This record gives sequence, C-alpha cells and structure tokens, in this order.
Amino acid sequence: MGETTETFYDVIRRQGISRRSFMKFCSLTAASLGLGPAFAAKIANAMETKPRIPVLWLHGLECTCCSESFIRSAHPLVKDVVLSMISLDYDDTIMAAAGHQAEAILEEVKTQYKGRYILAVEGNPPLKDGGVYCMPGGTPFVDKLKYMAEDAQAIISWGSCASWGCVQAAKPNPTEATPVHKVIKDKPIIKVPGCPPIAEVMTGVLTYILTFERMPDLDRQGRPKMFYSQRIHDKCYRRPHFDAGQFVEAWDDDNARKGYCLYKMGCKGPTTYNACSTTRWNEGVSFPIQSGHGCIGCSEDGFWDNGSFYDRVTDIKQFGIESTADKVGVAAATTVGAAVAAHAALSLVKRAQQKGSQSDEN
Amino acid sequence: MSTEHVTEARTSVYVYEAPVRVWHWINAASIVVLAVTGYFIGNPLPSVGGDTSDMYVMGTIRFVHFSAAYIFAVGFIGRIYWAFVGNHHAHQLFTLPFWRGEFWRELFFEMRWYLFMERAPKKYEGHNPLAQFFMFFAVMLLSIFMICSGFALYGEGQGIGSWQYSLFGWMFDIFTNSMLLHSWHRLGMWVLVVFIIVHVYAAIREDIMSRQSIISTMISGERMFKDSKD
Repeated sequence: MGETTETFYDVIRRQGISRRSFMKFCSLTAASLGLGPAFAAKIANAMETKPRIPVLWLHGLECTCCSESFIRSAHPLVKDVVLSMISLDYDDTIMAAAGHQAEAILEEVKTQYKGRYILAVEGNPPLKDGGVYCMPGGTPFVDKLKYMAEDAQAIISWGSCASWGCVQAAKPNPTEATPVHKVIKDKPIIKVPGCPPIAEVMTGVLTYILTFERMPDLDRQGRPKMFYSQRIHDKCYRRPHFDAGQFVEAWDDDNARKGYCLYKMGCKGPTTYNACSTTRWNEGVSFPIQSGHGCIGCSEDGFWDNGSFYDRVTDIKQFGIESTADKVGVAAATTVGAAVAAHAALSLVKRAQQKGSQSDEN
Repeated sequence: MSTEHVTEARTSVYVYEAPVRVWHWINAASIVVLAVTGYFIGNPLPSVGGDTSDMYVMGTIRFVHFSAAYIFAVGFIGRIYWAFVGNHHAHQLFTLPFWRGEFWRELFFEMRWYLFMERAPKKYEGHNPLAQFFMFFAVMLLSIFMICSGFALYGEGQGIGSWQYSLFGWMFDIFTNSMLLHSWHRLGMWVLVVFIIVHVYAAIREDIMSRQSIISTMISGERMFKDSKD
C-alpha cells in the first residue's frame, strides 16, 4: 500500500501506463457515466491531484460472479487502471497476499484511512446460528462486515446478493442470508444489483465515487440512477415488435427466428431496471434478449421467488406455489358465477313458493 | 285468489343525484374497458404478421388502457368531491359505520335474507348494509389501490422523473419488485370482475325481490318503494 499522498495518476504511471491511455480511459469513463465532453478533463484532473481512496472488497455468501464480471470490464485499460488505480487494497479472491498477511491489510486500512475507505461487499452475511454459515478467516462474515463497516466512508453492495439477497436468500432461505443494507444501517449504501452486474457499470460506479468523491445519485431503492433509471424494456431494440403486437409464441417458432418480442415467453424486461439493453455485455457484444432469451430480471429484488422465468403472468406465492393472478381470478370468478346462478335459481323457487302461499292466504 | 288488484301506495325518494349517476355509468364503462384491455396487456392477443412499422396492436391496447385509466381516476376524484357537496347519500360509499352495532345487526339480517332465512327484506333509501360493506371495500378501497398501483406502473414507463412516478413511486417501497406489483394489480382486476358479477346479480335480484327499485334508480335517481309498510 502506498503513501496517503499518492494520487491515482502516480500509481497509473508507476504501473507503466502511458498518459495517452490514461486520457482515453478518462474520456471513456466520462462517456459511460453520461457526462459531457468537458468532464473527461475533470476526471483526469481529479485523478492527477486527488489522493487515491482505498477500496476493500469483502466476499460473503456469493458465487464470485461479480468478480468474474468485474475483471472482464470491456476496455482493456479498465483492467489495468481500475485494478491498480482504485487501490484495491484487499480482495481475498484476487490478491497476492494470503492468510494472516492478507487479514493484516484490513486492520491497516481501517486505522490508516479511518472514515475514508470504500467498503465493497460481494455477497451477503447469513445471520442464522450466529453467522456460522460463512466463516472467512475463521470468523463469521457478519462480524467481519460490521467491523469493517464501522470506519468506512460508504458501502457498495455488489450484485443481487449484497443488494437483495439473491439465490441464497430465496425461500426458504435456510441460512437467513440477509442483504447488506439490513445489517448495516448507519452508512450510505450504493446498490449495484445484477447477477452479476455489468462490468462497465461496476467500474463506472467506482470511478464516479473516486473521482468526484461523492455518491452517485441514487434512486428510490438505492441504485445509481445513471445505470438503473430505466427498464430493459425501455431501451430494448425489440421494443417496436412489442408495440406492434408481434411476439415469439414458442421457442424456435418463425417469430423467434424473426427476432420478435419475447414478452409472451416471460421476458422480465418490462419489470427490470438495468443497463443491459444499452451497455450490453462482453465489450458490448450482446445481451440476453439479443441472444434470443428473455430477460430473467436478475437485478430485481427477489427475482428467484417471483415465479417462472418463462411466464408473463407469474405465480404469486401468497396463493400457493403455482397460482397466478389469472388462475386465482378465473377460479374465483367461476365459483362466484356458479354460486350466483345457484342463488338465482333458489331465489326463483322461493319466490314461487311465497307466491303460492300468498295466493293460498288470499 | 281475488280478481281485484290490491293497490299499494308507492312512494319515492330522490337518492342519486345526476353527478353520481353519470359517474356510476362512466365508471362502469371504464372498468369494463380497463379489465378487457388489462387482460390483454398481461396476456397479449396472438401475434400479428406484416410490417412492424405498420402495426400498433399492443400500443393501441395499452393506449386505450391508459386513457380509460385516466377517465377512471379523474372520475374517482370527482366522486370524492361530490361526497362533500352532494346529498347525504353521496358519502355513503366512503364511510363504513364500523362502530355502530345497528349497522352490523342489519348487515347480518341482510345476509340472512340472502340465505333465504328471512321472509321479507327491509327497506333502504341508500345502500343496504351488506351492499354498503361491499361498496366500501370492493369499490372504494380497491379503486384507490388500482389507481395507485396503476399509476405507479404507468410511471415506470413515463420515467422515474415523471409526476406519475413521483406521486405513486412509493408503491414500489411496498412491492419492491415491479413484477409483484403487476401481479397484484392484475389480481385487483379479478376482484373487480368478481364484484361485477355479484353486483349485477344483486341489483337485478333486489330490483325484483326487494321492496324498492334498484336499477331504474341509477338511471332516474328516484328510489321507488313498492309498498307503504315499514
């Protein structure tokens, strides 16, 4: 770890990266954050003058898909720059140090950068039985998380695990896996959901925080607006087929070959906030819908528990495992309709009887 | 049976003022349109062929849904206004005399009448207690839920900076996944469908079997009593 006065730029140059490459990174970052051309210079200036802020990357209950995504950030410079630039002082999955040597870094940063470092959390802590279901370095992850969060400036919740709970928190959630914001309540938390989040989104969020030294604007659910303010559906290139009423009716039908809308195949694009349909994946090559499969809504809360990935009207768990709004509705309407018919018939009989007895009285 | 007809003195009361009647039928029409288009939004019609740029089937269905929704919502606001300025029947829809024992006794009496356990029904100028109970939950509260959830979902398309999202975005604090809110909005539609079945049946049945007019009342506003007994 370098001195506190070392800037990002110093580190970058020390890593042997040319100024030309550095400027390219700055303009690309400005573009990906949706900022004007003038901001490229501002980012460059910030990186040249500001002392770098260390990022500690903790891993709880997770599958490392966030890390896998992160290290594939499209622009080659991001790999070079971000890994060195952001001063990723601790990331037990990809760091060289191991064992006690690695754990010592946590202590060092916690004291030396008190109140300044960023805590990036991949995965979430299981709370059941004192947190014994995730024990990095021999201590429950929940304790490690709370301890390291004490002196952090802000927390980034990487991925759907840290943001919502994801698969390990899906019903019945045997280990009581709990998203970060329900454990840490006194720190600003930025949620970057997705399973995994898009690489450029991850590096974009980090770069924004480090260069402007403030949190990006967050939406109602705590996600950066710049990447999560629109649904997949809003920017989907198949949207014209949706509006036209042209849908894939079955996998491999003619409409699928024509690239029609996957709405009827259960695409969750209309209910999913993410940047996939604009940023895309793997250097902008494609994204699920472009590959012919509907969005599964992986960046949304509880996406494992909201019914099939392949139905549009999905199961509502409050009404049994497999009952959709339509199933419940049709069943209720049929029952009530039959009851009404029976009641009407009975009413007629009663009325006839009453008429009969009345005429007897007369 | 005597050949002479027994003549009964028939009295009437003016119950539903014009704005209430107009609202009722506009509301009914918009609910029908909303339910049909809403059903096809979640469960679209078979795909159309042809040139995509010439087609706007789903777009039209959604447009009709949103337009009807605005009419429904504006009508509901107008109805709330009329509850304040209209006659004393106008606010019955928005109130439930929960603490009045008499209300619950009469509600059970009405239930017994529907279960064929009473020979003759009672007379009511406004809604009978059972009807009032259902009106309060199935029309008033459900309408509020449908308007809030509907505008929240609509706000998603309008963007998170839109007034719809700003006003109704809090729905997503309760239903944290938009898919879940879609499902509940759809369930609300089915509750309305069930309500309409019961409502139409009860109105026809009451019109025939109760001691006051029902259907014509929502057209003329006059509640006519078929007999002069208490």
